[in-house]
Amino acid sequence: MTQPIESTSQSFVLLRLGERRFAVGALQISELVAPSRIFRFPHRTPKLEGVILRRGRIVPVCDVAEKLLGKAVTSRRFYLIAVRHYGDKTEWVALPVTGDCELIAAEMTAAGESDAPHVAGWISHNGEVIEVLNLDALTPGSDNVSTAEATAVVLEARP
Amino acid sequence: MRVAAPPVKPHAAARTEQIILFRISGQPFAVSSASVQEVRSVDGLAGAATEINQPSLRKVRHVIRRGEKALYVVSGAAHFGLPAASAGLVFVLRKTRTALLVDGIDKMATMIRLQALPLAYCHEERGWYRGLTALDQNVIPVINPEGFLTADEFALLDASLVPEALPEELPGEGMELPE
Repeated sequence: MTQPIESTSQSFVLLRLGERRFAVGALQISELVAPSRIFRFPHRTPKLEGVILRRGRIVPVCDVAEKLLGKAVTSRRFYLIAVRHYGDKTEWVALPVTGDCELIAAEMTAAGESDAPHVAGWISHNGEVIEVLNLDALTPGSDNVSTAEATAVVLEARP
Repeated sequence: MRVAAPPVKPHAAARTEQIILFRISGQPFAVSSASVQEVRSVDGLAGAATEINQPSLRKVRHVIRRGEKALYVVSGAAHFGLPAASAGLVFVLRKTRTALLVDGIDKMATMIRLQALPLAYCHEERGWYRGLTALDQNVIPVINPEGFLTADEFALLDASLVPEALPEELPGEGMELPE
């Protein structure tokens, strides 16, 4: 049996992916940006399309559609830039979304044992029950980050 | 009374790094010029390299003798899983017994910022690259010269060598880079 984890409501960003809507905790969202050029290079991590340049940072683009919808989506309207935790370290990841996003307040019900790891909980909005995403489980990456790997800027020359 | 100096931040000694921009199967990469000992044409390599057949390591097809040590020629295309393309140059990499086949050099550039590979990348590529750099509104992976062959792979290749079959050193047709 699941119960609301808080009596007060929290803020969520609703995102559209194909025909479905999902929610992410608003505190995890950095910004919503128009699609920009994706830079691709060889790698072996599944579900990573490449990287985009945003405010001087290199942000990986994570294709979450196949995991959430069971199929890839080719069209995209925005990238939702969100914070992803890797152990004690946090980094931005970009999630392609296919429609407008919306900020709402709702009360979250915690995920049950039978829910997939990428489901943090559930919210109800306008008669629709919406999955709240756990980005740490949804997007690739390991929690076991060494100190060396956690150094975001390896080399930086300043005038 | 002496006042303790503030702790020095690791990147306080700001520095730039000269890099070589090159391509493998059309894909751009960068390598620190300090990591490249020599640049040679593949044609110049023809007489100096011996074929090596290690079925479990298809990316290495040739070996070059360098004094007492064997230098393994790695196909950049095979290593990165890129479509096969005819290589024009070979980079002899410093501090590793590896030479890398590449299409050609685009240009030299100065890297002012090397950003660690995003942590979302969590497989073999973490060993392939030192990080990423943004250059002229492009993002280029900067290769790790020591990421082409593991210690186990070197051991496997060393074990498959027949010492007598090794040819002499490379003929001097390449460009040697200062350290």
